Amino acid sequence: MVVDQLSDADVDRLFHALADATRRDIVRRVLVGDESVSGLARHYPMSVTAVQKHVAVLEEAGLVERRRQGREQRVSGRPDALHRAHELLDAVEDLWRGRLERMADVLAADEAHRPHDHPNRTRGERP
Amino acid sequence: MTVTSVVKDPEALTMTVTAEYDVTADRAWRLWGDPRQLERWWGPPMFPATFVDHDLVVGGRATYYMTGPEGDRFPGYWDVLESEPPRLLVVHDGFLGDDGAPNDDMPRTVMRVEIADRPGGGVECTIASQFASAEAMQQLIAMGMEEGLRLAMGQIDAILAGTA
Repeated sequence: MVVDQLSDADVDRLFHALADATRRDIVRRVLVGDESVSGLARHYPMSVTAVQKHVAVLEEAGLVERRRQGREQRVSGRPDALHRAHELLDAVEDLWRGRLERMADVLAADEAHRPHDHPNRTRGERP
Repeated sequence: MTVTSVVKDPEALTMTVTAEYDVTADRAWRLWGDPRQLERWWGPPMFPATFVDHDLVVGGRATYYMTGPEGDRFPGYWDVLESEPPRLLVVHDGFLGDDGAPNDDMPRTVMRVEIADRPGGGVECTIASQFASAEAMQQLIAMGMEEGLRLAMGQIDAILAGTA
């Protein structure tokens, strides 16, 4: 999920696919190991057909792939582990960049509350 | 504030960020050492954190929950491995189950925070997150995507609110 390498339509599909709790749960399960569609359906209060539709949306977004094995359809997560590791680290990076910025906001807000410590500082700069 | 480096090492399963702040080490430590300060930055804007326990001594525990837009709660904990205010904090960061006990089915990370004085004044904060295993990372990927989606949704909401 390297967002800047995806087209707007890809991002729309990806976000749409991930905007549903059942689909996020399916992705979580098949990233850990392959599952059959009927096996997945046992985890949710819905029909195999309904789960199949969710899987189709995920497949469209490139998050999972399906293959037929005998009478079964197996679902697995994509892509390879190292690529996923990069994605996760990207997600962790985003999380921490957000936190570092919020830390700076907290420090700046506290400073603005104590104008006497900084007599030369211009007041009223807080948003 | 300046983010001075981001180092991602997929093989070692670590991510390290470094940022500089124009404050003293004691002031920077309070961002972690004061639970009310922590609550102002730990959770994303749409998922504010509330710290319930906050005992940052070796062997101590902090517990918190993040509250989602629909009131759903995501509880987590830190088990303190090393604590040397105002310089060093090392914790296991994990998830709590509904019973309030650590949920061992969920992956936990080691978070290492170092606060160092800069020669020219101010401090450099280094935060390293290390994952236990590739499998733990795989589990967290799905959650990372979920978090990413939430963040994106939060940003979209904020943009909409700003232009309304």
